[in-house]
Order: sequence, then structure tokens, then C-alpha cells
Amino acid sequence: MRFLLGRVVQGALVLLAVSFLTFGLGVLLPADPARMVAGPSASVATVNSIRRELGLDKPFFEQYTLYLTKLLRGDLGRSYKQSASIAELLISRLPATLLLMLGGVLCELMLGLPAGVIAALRPGSLWDRATMGLAFLGISLPQFVLGLGLLYVFAFIYPILPLGGYGTAAHLILPALTLGIGGAGWYARVVRSEMLEVLGQDYVRTAAAKGVSRGGLIVRHALKNALLPMIAMVGSDIGVFMGGAVVVESVFGWPGIGKLTWDAIRVVDIPVILGVVQLSAVMIVLGNLLADLAYPLADPRVRYD
Amino acid sequence: MKRVALGLLALAGIAALTVAPRAQTAEKGMVIAYKDDIATLDPQVGYDWQNWPAIKMVFDALLDYKPGTTDLEPRIAAAMPTVGDGGRSYTFKLRSDIKFSNGRTLTAADVKYTLERVLDPKAKSPGAGFFADIAGSSAWSAGKAKELTGVKVINSSTVKVTLSQPNAAFLNVLATNFAFIVPKEEVVKAGADWGRKPVGSGPFTLQSWTSGQELVFVKNPNYFLKNVPKLDQVTIKVGQDPSVAYLGLQRGDVDLLGDGIPPANFLQVQSDAKLKAQIVSTPLVNTTYVSINTQVKPFTDVRVRQALNFAINKSKILKIINGRGLVATQILPPKMPGYDSSYQGYGYDVEQAKKLLSAAGLSKGFTTTLYTNSTDPNPRIAQSIQQDLAVVGIKIELKSQASSTVIDAAGTPKTAPLVWSGGMAWTQDYPDPSDFYWPILSCRSAVQGGWNWSFACDKNLDALASKADQMTAPAQRPARLELYKKLYKTLMDQAVWVPLFNEVRYTMHSARLIGAPTDLIDPIHNIAFERLSIK
Repeated sequence: MRFLLGRVVQGALVLLAVSFLTFGLGVLLPADPARMVAGPSASVATVNSIRRELGLDKPFFEQYTLYLTKLLRGDLGRSYKQSASIAELLISRLPATLLLMLGGVLCELMLGLPAGVIAALRPGSLWDRATMGLAFLGISLPQFVLGLGLLYVFAFIYPILPLGGYGTAAHLILPALTLGIGGAGWYARVVRSEMLEVLGQDYVRTAAAKGVSRGGLIVRHALKNALLPMIAMVGSDIGVFMGGAVVVESVFGWPGIGKLTWDAIRVVDIPVILGVVQLSAVMIVLGNLLADLAYPLADPRVRYD
Repeated sequence: MKRVALGLLALAGIAALTVAPRAQTAEKGMVIAYKDDIATLDPQVGYDWQNWPAIKMVFDALLDYKPGTTDLEPRIAAAMPTVGDGGRSYTFKLRSDIKFSNGRTLTAADVKYTLERVLDPKAKSPGAGFFADIAGSSAWSAGKAKELTGVKVINSSTVKVTLSQPNAAFLNVLATNFAFIVPKEEVVKAGADWGRKPVGSGPFTLQSWTSGQELVFVKNPNYFLKNVPKLDQVTIKVGQDPSVAYLGLQRGDVDLLGDGIPPANFLQVQSDAKLKAQIVSTPLVNTTYVSINTQVKPFTDVRVRQALNFAINKSKILKIINGRGLVATQILPPKMPGYDSSYQGYGYDVEQAKKLLSAAGLSKGFTTTLYTNSTDPNPRIAQSIQQDLAVVGIKIELKSQASSTVIDAAGTPKTAPLVWSGGMAWTQDYPDPSDFYWPILSCRSAVQGGWNWSFACDKNLDALASKADQMTAPAQRPARLELYKKLYKTLMDQAVWVPLFNEVRYTMHSARLIGAPTDLIDPIHNIAFERLSIK
């Protein structure tokens, strides 16, 4: 309990620091948001008037305090460029991002775990080398190449899946695959090496000597132990996918947070950037907290006092 | 293992059952695809090539352009206005048969409200500066007046606009989207969300807006112009990667590529007989240029600036962009009134450039900096300029940065010696030559944060432009354009820019979408949705 409380306080401090740093960076940017909002046709007087309306002429700490008080009240502000509130934008985009995240993690696990186990069963075999070769390819393929390639084959040459977009389960398959394949490669390699290590341990040999079946050995002893690092990996993937799905979302026209962020960065829409960073920070803190909580459940040796 | 395999099979099953239906369009509907989301449909706020045609669907102005020309004609106004007071006042009679889509009749009070809204700082309109000539505008903008005194409602269908000084381009300003008429009660009701819940009197109404996905516009059945619009529905799909949109067009999901043909596919499309028939192209009314900062040495010397004009090979740059442009000889683009077709400009002449440099005492050359936007193909174009200038002994250091950073440096006095305008080229706000002078080449724009990146300021030219802008009578127009020709010729002699090319925009449409090239790529509205139709 004490541990949990400590983690929550730590998380809150991290979030505060993140808010300060991102806000500071936004101000330090060598670009004037007022001018980006105004566009090329605006006269200097118009730009100045817009700067005043946005409150950008106020001193830094006054701006930050104002931002923070609003933030604590749950008001994330309004986008400079899009006529919508940040909360509205994030809420409308969050389900898509969460769905894609879930699909990506599922793909990672469903492809990575079996591949790693299969490879570990016969180390050095053709199977092993083929799976690890594929895993390597999966890790190194750039997502936009993979995404466009998958679209080209499965939505254009053989139009069995939709050409990007959002809505049905069919829309999710290719983006989730694109997002998950890289991670699946990592998972496969990690699972393989963990399995090999565990399978070589004395207690596994003892268990084998006691007559535990090979299947039982793999599932109950080896895989269970090999899964431990997976928990941390899935936890951190949640953070990575929050910001790292930009490419996948752009290629597939997936209306998630990544696309929103990218568009906001290009037009220096600082409130949107701040909102997304805050949300990602919350997600990462939560992801890590969940992983911390899941550890003792999976491994009785880990215990927090 | 078996269970995993079964799971996969089940997933595949779900996928097979839910294969996406083809883009759902009404019988006479079209789909256009863009990469970026529409930012806003608030006519007083939205102003880029993507927002404008969408805003134009929902709203109308007092005046509009005759299709394919730069000539104004009445739209909400019943006739062209009567001009009085030596070109200082315009009296508009409105049509009586125009209703907003909420059912209320549009009146003169709406015109007044709209113009007051543009000039209200709270509306944060980027176009406010265009309306500064309306009498009483500064008092109104500063919050020191109860109303905008320059706009008088005479009766419900008559409104009189008075200017503080004559401005020949003012009617063009009234045809921009900043002056699209909005109903006050709806603006107030929607509050901060007005840009997402627009209500206007235009040929279409917004039916739905799904953030990050699509906007659906449907025909306004009560529209006052006959046979407009021809389409029942327009769907704007956003978040579509241009390469994917291009595949979608071939698959029949998309009717028009909002972002044009992806550069990687351009040559392939050109060589495919079937696809080639679906390409349209129109020259844009814009000029790309290298601005030369006249405050930075050695560009304070006009001979050095002229040398740059001779030294850059413009045809070579056109090859980098697959020929999607026309060599620019001058500041104004060819479709802009006041363009001088007899003026030939500098031409590519290395010897002449060297001669001018040695006359300026720089035969050994010098080192300077060229700023460029970092998105392709701009760095490649900047490199081409770098190579050309190396030939005459000018060593260029390239600064390739995000456009917002380049704009910031370029608008700061004595900072950026040379700026390649790629990605930020000057495109007309409205078809009048004054629009290429006041915002980017006049003294009032040669200030911190302005768009006069050459920091050229010639009081005589300001006086000349003011004189031209006071010639408001239609009969004076030829003489006015002559004055502007003279003005731009002088600027070319002063060599404040190296004009490089005028962009030609290419896009592709589906075989079923019908429209003139100037409607599919309208130089004024970007896309004239109201004139497009479906086979």
C-alpha cells in the first residue's frame, strides 16, 4: 500500500514536471504561434491582435500559472488552429488510438509468443533460423513501407480489406498488423532467449527427471518464467504506441491521437501538443503502474511492502 | 498452439464478414480525399487552400467571380453596387429571396454584423487587415465604438459601406471568404464551436463532421441559383495519405485527389494512357521566389541582387518538380491583372552575373546563407540554387528548417540574407495586383513579423500604389493596371526577388466526376464544388 502511494505521488510529480517542460519548450520554440494562426495574408496589426487574444503577450510564468490552474480544473484549453476544445479533440480521437493499441499489442503477443516458443524448442534448426530471420525483418521494416505494402496487396491488388479508414473490425487488421509486427519480432527474440535460458536450468532438468511431460515443462515452467519480461514490455509499449502510432495512423487514415499530434506540431498548435503530451504522460505513468501491480501477481517472488 | 490458430481463424472470419462497404455516397455524390483535417468552417477565420472551398460550399458573399475569370458579378447582392463619394462609398441592394439554412431571410443587418465580426479582435480573423479601410474600423476594433460606423443599414435590403479612403480592390476584398455573410443568432448560439457548426446561405449545408475522418455536405434544396449545385452530396475524407488516396481513386472510392498526384506516382500516371485522361492541370496565381534581403551586405548593392537574377537556372529547377510550373519572369503571375507579357526579365546568363559581381568589387565571390523549408522538394531546389551560385563564386550555406522557423527568421530585420519561398510561395488572396504589393513588398510590410522578406521599402512606390488604388472607376482600370505594371517593373529593376516559377497544379479525378479544369482546380476558390457533377 505504502509502495503504491509512493508510486502515485511519484507519478503526479512526473506529470507536473512534464507540464512545465512541455509548456516551456512551447514558449522557447523559434516560431510564433500567433503568426501561424494568422497565416500569410494577415497584416502585422492583425497578428498582434491575435497574439493578445491568445494571451501570448503575457509573461511566461503568468501564462504557465494560468495554464496549470485551468489544467487542474480539467480544462485543457482550445486549439489555436482548429475550432474545437482540446478535451473534445482528445476524447474523439482516444477510442481509435486505444483500439489500435490493443490490436497492436494483441498482434505482438499472438505472433511473437508462438514464434519465440517454436524457435526455442529446436535451437539452431531451420525453424529457429527462419522464425528469427522473419523476426529480424519485422523489427527492421519501416512502418510506412510495411503499411503501404500491406495496403497495396490486401486492399488494392486483392481488395479483401478496406483501403484505410476506421469503423469495422476489418479496418483494424492491417493497421494493427503494421503496428504489431515490429514488436512481435522483439517479443519472439526475447521469448526465445528467456526460454532457452530457463530450459537449461537445474530445476527444469529435475522436473524432467521427475517425469513431467515435455508440454508441461514448456508451458508450466519455461513459458511462465519467460513471460515475466513481457509484462514490462507490454507496459512500455502502451507509452510507445501512444506517440509512436503516428506513421501507422497517417498511412491508414486512422483517426487517432498520433495523427492529431503530427498535424498540431506542423502548425505549432501548442495547446494541442501540450494536451497530447499530458495525456501520453498520464498513459505512460499508468502503464508502468499497472505493470508494477501485475508483477507480484505473475511472480510471487516479487513483493512490495 | 491450436487455440492460437483457432483464434486467428476466427479473426479472419470476422474480417471476411465485415469487409468494408465501398464508400457510401448518395446517388449524385462525390468524395474528395485530403491528408489534413479541415481546421475550421468559420468564414471569418479559415483561410487556406483546403478550408476555402469547403467554406464556400456553406456560405456566400455579396459578390463572386464569373466562372473562369477575374471579373466580379453579384451573388447575394442583386446588382453591382452604386459607387459614390469619389469611390469612397458602395451601396448594395440585396436579393430578397435568400434564406439561411435555418430558414431566416438574409438581410442588410447580417452584412453589417459580418463586417463587424471580421474587425472584432475576439473573432481572431486573419483577414481583419483587409477591411481596415472601412470608416470607423480602428475605433470599432479597439472597442471604443458601439458600432462600425462605416457600414449603414439603410433598410432591410440595402446597405451602404463607406471607406476612409478609396480602394480599387475593395470589392475584391468583399468577395473573399472573410466577408461571407453569417447569421448572428447562429454564431452566438454555437459560441466557440461555431467553426464546427456553420450555418450559412450557400449551395450546401454541413450534415456531419467526424473529427479526423470525414465531413459530409448535402445540397441546399432552397438555393436561390437555378441548377446550382449539381451534386446532391460532397464528402470530404480527411486523414488520407496521398498515396493511399491515389489507390482509392483507382479503386473507385475517391473522386478527386485534394492533395494532388503524389510526386512518386507522377511519371507513372503521365505514361499510362488510361490514367492520363483523368489528369487535370491549371496554373495557380502564385509566384515562388528567392527573396533577397536588401538590408544585408552585400545585397545592399543592387548589382549583386541583379547578378543573382542572372545566375539562377530556373529551367533546371522545373525539372526537379517534374515540370509542374512555368518559368517566372516577374513578380506577378500570368493570370494576375497587371501581368506584363512583354516584359522578359533577366534570363539565365552566367557571364552577365559575373560581370555585375566584379563591378560590385566581388569578383572573388562571397559567402552567404539561404533559408529553405525542410519539406521535399524544397531542400533539393535550394541545392540547385546553391550549385548555380557556386558557378559565379557565391558560396551558399543552406539552412533547412521547419516552415514556421523559416518564416520567423525571414520576417526579422537583418537576419535571413536569402530565403527560398518554396512551400510558402505568395498566392493571391484575390485577383488584384495590389495584393502582391501591400502585404509583401510595401514599406508597411517591411517590419518585424511582416511578410516583406526583402525588407524593400521604396516610398515612391508606396505613393504610386496609393495613387493607383484611388482609381476606382471602371473606366480608369486600364490606366490603373499600367501604373502597377510600372511599379512591378521598378521592383524587378531593383531586383528585390529572384522570381523562380509559377506553380502549375495537377490533380486527378475519377472518370465519373465531370468538371472544367478551372472548376476542378479553380484559381480563385481552389475547387468550385457547386459546378461539379457526376456522370
